[in-house]
Amino acid sequence: MYTYVMRRMMLFVPSLIGVTVVIFVLMRAVPGDMAEIIANEAGTQSAAVVEQQIIQIRAEMGLDRPYVTQYLSWMGGLLVGDLGYSYWEKRPVSKIIAERFPRSMELALLTILLAMLWAVPLGVVSAVRQNTWADYVGRIISISGLSLPLFLTGILILYFLVTVFYWLPPLDFANFFDDPVENLQQLIWPALAQAFYISAPITRLTRSQMLDVIREDYVRTARSKGLTEHIVVYRHALRNALLPVVTFIGWWGGRLLGGIVIMEIIFGVPGMGTSLIDSVNHRDYPTTQAIVLMMALVFLCLNLIIDLAYGWLDPRIRYT
Amino acid sequence: MVDHTASRGTTLVSVEPSLWAKSGTALWRFWRMQPLGAIGGLLVAGLIVVAVFAPQIAPYGPKITEFDAYLAPNDMHIMGTDHLGRDVFSRVVWGARLSLYVGLTSVGIGITLGALWGVITAYFGGVLDATTQRLVDVLMGFPPIVLALALMAVLGQSVNNVILALIILLVPTAARTMRSSVLAIRELAYVESAQAVGCSHWRVIFYHLVPNTLGTYIVLFTVNIAYAIVVEAALSFLGLGSPPDEPSWGGMLTAATESLERAPWIAFFPGLAISLMVFGMNLLGDSIRDLTDAKLRGQIGNE
Repeated sequence: MYTYVMRRMMLFVPSLIGVTVVIFVLMRAVPGDMAEIIANEAGTQSAAVVEQQIIQIRAEMGLDRPYVTQYLSWMGGLLVGDLGYSYWEKRPVSKIIAERFPRSMELALLTILLAMLWAVPLGVVSAVRQNTWADYVGRIISISGLSLPLFLTGILILYFLVTVFYWLPPLDFANFFDDPVENLQQLIWPALAQAFYISAPITRLTRSQMLDVIREDYVRTARSKGLTEHIVVYRHALRNALLPVVTFIGWWGGRLLGGIVIMEIIFGVPGMGTSLIDSVNHRDYPTTQAIVLMMALVFLCLNLIIDLAYGWLDPRIRYT
Repeated sequence: MVDHTASRGTTLVSVEPSLWAKSGTALWRFWRMQPLGAIGGLLVAGLIVVAVFAPQIAPYGPKITEFDAYLAPNDMHIMGTDHLGRDVFSRVVWGARLSLYVGLTSVGIGITLGALWGVITAYFGGVLDATTQRLVDVLMGFPPIVLALALMAVLGQSVNNVILALIILLVPTAARTMRSSVLAIRELAYVESAQAVGCSHWRVIFYHLVPNTLGTYIVLFTVNIAYAIVVEAALSFLGLGSPPDEPSWGGMLTAATESLERAPWIAFFPGLAISLMVFGMNLLGDSIRDLTDAKLRGQIGNE
């Protein structure tokens, strides 16, 4: 187990460093750096004065140092928790992230919870009652969920809410600890839309896994021992069938994060997604940089946790 | 007509079926074997026809804003007009062309480059393989839409930049998949004997490895075309894909979200177009995969 953990961690760290390098290079590749943007935004002035300001701001922000130095100082700042300063929102980026990160994560957790609650039982039923009408209905529902692109499902749900219930996303966002009911009311719809979308592959995977597992010998043994069908299915078969589903969620986590950006925009949730789009539109590169980094970090950590959990749950993996 | 004269003086006549008859029979067999796939095929064929003949089919240009805004569907504008007074039907028709262009170009270039990269590094192995796989790991550590957004922020909004961002998104996945495909067959006897006989590395790669991994490549290709089109639509929807005057189906949905109550047709028709296209491509792709999988099962090393 120990060597497995060590090997897995050794994959994690270089990937993380690589991600920071890619983000750093991307942000520096933008034509026109931060200093030009700030100086030009200060208002109409003669070109010579603007030039002066650009050079001055560059020196202040450290943009005239060699790239390696800039990268190292940025990394140093990251380790301490200093993510830079947002010139658009006029406050440190870490404050923006601290505010928005929990909201996006809450949405993500809610989405996964809803998807699992819906998709896994559906998959089990589909498998246990294979080729009956329950199976077919389940498969049709899940395929229709996947066929519509995510933002379409979101727009459809929004349209439905607006026209039938006269409900619009409220302007003030309620935090979970302030007002749980209001908070859940706002988040349930984007979570539902995305859960519908990702439940399709989960259902299909659960179904095919259960179909494989049910034919195994140990299930037959359990049945012949006289255990009730309920125990056989849920305690013996499902546990083993669920392992690949767990890895799948890890793999799908990346697309989930991308989907969260879209859902936040459609339903007006002020999370990391809306912040990302805003910062790109306002050319607020420190914020963009930080948000992309946070999302990649979450994705990498999620994969790490899933791999480690998988190694713990399935002893066969540890010895490969 | 071919005239075979048998030795006893009787004439045997065989008729070669024409090309039309042969294709007709093939399509009929495809319909019988994979009815869902045939429906998907019809949808995709319809999409291609609309895309190719867009100038003939669309009554007006896609960027012309001279009409009254927010007109409901009527005789002049069968899908109504949008918030800037553009004919929705024309934009939907030209949007087919844009979607197909983006989808085919990005997948064609991206998957092919990625496949070549994966095959070549998997074949040569060693340090080259190890380092490039780290690069692939890093690129795959980003959530795809987030990476695409960051790329578009850097590149600026244009249709060709969307294609470039999509290519960067697709190359790592293709490389990794094709690499594992090659790793499975690299050690097999026929590769070794080809090398023993003196085939150059490139000959082994292109004459032996590539044909036997073609199945995986086809699957990658078909799966990712719909994906690429949807990502382009999503990026345009978020305002960071194609410029807003281009007839992108996703872009048409951005403005539509604000006017959902008063003018639902602005969102309905592009939305319908996207759904039909994704649905058709998924059906067609699934059945092509079923067919090629069965055919390729006989190939060496593909079990």
